Amino acid sequence: MLWGLTAIVVVGSIFLQFSIREEQRADAPAFQADFELTDHRGIVQTDEDFAGRWLLVFFGFANCPDVCPTTLAEVAAVMDALGSDAAKVQPLFISIDPERDTPEKLAEFVPAFEADIVGLTGTADQIKRTSETFRVYFEKIEEAASPNGYTMGHSSQLFLFDPQGGYVGAWTYGTSAEEIVSDLRARM
Amino acid sequence: MKSTAYIAIAFSLLIGLPASAVADSGDIVVEDAWARASIGTNRPGAAYMILRNTGSDPVTLVGLETPLAMMPDIHETTTDLNGVSSMGPVGEITILPGESVSLEPGGMHAMLMRLQTKMVEGETFPLTLNFADGGTLNVDVPILGIAARGPEG
Repeated sequence: MLWGLTAIVVVGSIFLQFSIREEQRADAPAFQADFELTDHRGIVQTDEDFAGRWLLVFFGFANCPDVCPTTLAEVAAVMDALGSDAAKVQPLFISIDPERDTPEKLAEFVPAFEADIVGLTGTADQIKRTSETFRVYFEKIEEAASPNGYTMGHSSQLFLFDPQGGYVGAWTYGTSAEEIVSDLRARM
Repeated sequence: MKSTAYIAIAFSLLIGLPASAVADSGDIVVEDAWARASIGTNRPGAAYMILRNTGSDPVTLVGLETPLAMMPDIHETTTDLNGVSSMGPVGEITILPGESVSLEPGGMHAMLMRLQTKMVEGETFPLTLNFADGGTLNVDVPILGIAARGPEG
């Protein structure tokens, strides 16, 4: 019931976002990256800690066997291809599964991609607030064979924020690293 | 492939095996099998491959077996118009004659639940495909790095 309501709120906010955007100046971002979460080293991080860098933000969960490692593998390929420009870009992996994804669990997952990805998690409340800010949707799906008996459904776009934290756009799941790199280079 | 089947039929007639020993699933060829390394055994793994039906009859894949995982199953990731992705079991997969079915990132995959051992980069693991006609096919799946993007790494 609560999840259904969340879905309605999030979908509603997506429509709102588009209608607001039309009335805004073309260069004003639809929203700002705004969060306070704990990273995979156990350090509290906010959006301000990443100011001055482009942010590549993906929401997922460490138990995710397909979409999340696939996207993080593309992100790692993007960072490789950027070469020296990679220093201007910070990839973030934000958990939508705070129940299982402790900082320790994320520490086993994100560094394996060797792309300086920062894993972020928090309390259920912090994650809910972050998902509302970023207008992402997530839900628990019961599945007996999965760890703790559930898997997650979640927004799978890769979001881009400018060095001022303004939302630039999102690539749909499955966009190749090559395409992301050429989009990024055109903006940087 | 055909000639192999004829030889198999000839051979089975010769030694008196039932004709079902050369079932339609014998026409399935597996290409580009790969999987990503796992971090431990607590999280599910996934394996990918292309199943090609070189025969003249539909073949249905009904299940998987591997000593690597207690509960291997074909799963599918679907992404809706709002960009929300979720996963669920797909049940059986029928591969039409002359067609192929891809298990690939973001689509169908062999979901390896309840891993018994860690999936280590550079190793392989055996995966048995069970077909509706009772035939089986054993595949050795190479384990690539966790950041692999396809069968080439």
